[in-house]
Amino acid sequence: MATTLAKALNDGLRAAMERDPKVLVMGEDVGRLGGVFRITDGLQKDFGEQRVLDTPLSESGIIGAAVGLAVRGFRPVCEIQFDGFVFPGFDQIVSQLAKLRYRTQGAVPVPVVVRIPFGGGIGAVEHHSESPESLFAHVAGLKVVACSNPADAYWMIQQAILTDDPVIFFEPKRRYWEKGEVEADLDAAPPLHSARVVRAGSTLTVATYGPMVKTCLDAATAAAEDGHELEVVDLRSLSPLDLEPVAESVRRTGHLVVVSEAPSEASITAEVAARIQQECFFSLEAPVLRVTGFDTPYPPSRLEDDYLPDLDRVLDAVDRSLAW
Amino acid sequence: MDKPQAWVPTDPRSRPSQSQVVAGLKGVDAGGPELVQLLTPEGERVPDERFDRYADVSLDELKSLYRDLVLVRRADREGNSLQRQGELGIWVPLLGQEAAQVGSGRALRPTDMCFPSYREHGVAWCRGVDPAELLGIFRGTDHGSWDFTGKRFHPYTIVIGNQCLNAAGYAMGQRFESKVGDPDTGEATICYFGDGATSQGDVHEGFVWAAAYDAPLVFFCQNNQWAISVPLNRQTRVPLYQRARGYGFPGVRVDGNDVLACLAVTRWALEECRTGNGPVLIEAFTYRMDAHTTSDDATRYRLAGEVELWKLKDPIERVRVHLARRHGVEPEFFDGVEAEANELGERLRAFCRAMAQPGPERMFSEVYADPSPQVEAERAEYLAYHASFVDGEG
Repeated sequence: MATTLAKALNDGLRAAMERDPKVLVMGEDVGRLGGVFRITDGLQKDFGEQRVLDTPLSESGIIGAAVGLAVRGFRPVCEIQFDGFVFPGFDQIVSQLAKLRYRTQGAVPVPVVVRIPFGGGIGAVEHHSESPESLFAHVAGLKVVACSNPADAYWMIQQAILTDDPVIFFEPKRRYWEKGEVEADLDAAPPLHSARVVRAGSTLTVATYGPMVKTCLDAATAAAEDGHELEVVDLRSLSPLDLEPVAESVRRTGHLVVVSEAPSEASITAEVAARIQQECFFSLEAPVLRVTGFDTPYPPSRLEDDYLPDLDRVLDAVDRSLAW
Repeated sequence: MDKPQAWVPTDPRSRPSQSQVVAGLKGVDAGGPELVQLLTPEGERVPDERFDRYADVSLDELKSLYRDLVLVRRADREGNSLQRQGELGIWVPLLGQEAAQVGSGRALRPTDMCFPSYREHGVAWCRGVDPAELLGIFRGTDHGSWDFTGKRFHPYTIVIGNQCLNAAGYAMGQRFESKVGDPDTGEATICYFGDGATSQGDVHEGFVWAAAYDAPLVFFCQNNQWAISVPLNRQTRVPLYQRARGYGFPGVRVDGNDVLACLAVTRWALEECRTGNGPVLIEAFTYRMDAHTTSDDATRYRLAGEVELWKLKDPIERVRVHLARRHGVEPEFFDGVEAEANELGERLRAFCRAMAQPGPERMFSEVYADPSPQVEAERAEYLAYHASFVDGEG
């Protein structure tokens, strides 16, 4: 059945809550309002105020209390309203959520999911369009994933809730309203930490994730008109990275372009580029190229069409790689 | 509260006088009229209409409290000595705060949960954690190794104030699981932090969350007057216990050097929480007699006279005097406790020196529940590298 990414997340959360009474949803406005993006719409009505918590306006509180609830045996799913608001909770994520399992040598697992709508393209004001995923991928003890389509959204949120590890779950906010087919079979869903080839090709490999997957697929369609068959890999999991599908593809194509909205320095794209050159040095026919946001703060929204990688910038990188 | 006169630089050309500098550095030594005290520094039992019924202890229990105080102090002093001998990387002394920790710790039931900061060796003792199990943290062999869930004593939290929110979440869970309401079977949570922590956002947020969800949580602030070198008056303009009112729950200031008062007030607070009237803030008014840690030099920022003043309020001496004068306890009892303390010190010393160096595989263990390919690859590569040395001892 075709559904939006937002509805798929809602359905996934509902399924997880029905499966396990210890699953809680908590965050600012997630209850009566259904969340600012309506991802939790209707959940409080059906599961009650004790399982869908409209919390105080307090990001450190959301994460810190979730850690305590997890110690007690609950499985909290926290919503951070916008990417740029996660930083008051960053201390709790880095200092407690990520490290409690290691500190206690597995005696105190903290199965907490932190949902973060991320990325730009919605014309929002400052702090509402950031891509902080690399900051979390750098923290040992966290798992970081990004969904890009409704089917993945539906299954990945459930898989994230099922894992005993803390998961930072990035949702591409400008893709919330795009539709796609959702399979009803859990066994058909790929594991949470696996990348997936979303378009096969033989000319050049494009590795990307989150909101840029659609941009890259559009670029692949356009490139096909010029006779270039791009293979597009959706990384899906940012920590740990599943690089083998990318490496396998690069060994065939000899070319890699890595695409992300985030600034380039010390980023996921940098990590992919570094590791692929290490793994596939003799297969590469050109340096790994990157198409990213710029190393600036996110600009005023009237400039985001310049800031965000688009189809043309991806195709330009493809041309440069192939012309090497 | 005896609030030192602060220097306010209204005129940019003005400079603080010497007395103003001293006043600004000085901690606070008077608890004020609101201080709950049951045992004076001279060992006299004084009545308290509100809390006497929570201080009903037998002579044996009182002797047991004394024993705890002495043994906890001995364990602490041994930790300090072991650091000085190079056996520990650092030690966080609790000297002077034994009564606050033993009194509150003894008020807990096994079903209650405790979230410590990093100085709560005395509370650990009361939770049945062997002091030897604390040493690994400070020797650098582990991050804590006791039975966290069985003892219901959370790992030490070193980032200041984080644990207040973790405790609030845990206590919310107790409420969600309907463990609140019955004074006999109800559960509660206690969270320890210092006066310096009260300036952290997480402590404020912890107060907000606990209040918003009626969490059965006792916030136990050990006001030891100093946040490393920064005195109390740099953290607050009002006595800390009065802050609770702003969050809508009761705050009580107790003599933190009075084990009986700490026991009674904490029992009351826990009962409030168990029956659904939480949260509660307790400010244990005490003093850190030693440095912040063994890396600190307290003589740089506080005056010897202040320390001498607090020596007169020693938490152990008043119980000893009370037991001897009021109850006629014989010297043999005190000698016996001292002998036991020495045995404990020797055991800790031997244990510490015999602690095994963790193997490099420890570094990679339990980072994740579902193994990470990245960590697994690093583990395999490093262990192979390690084993490549001739004697296998990289």
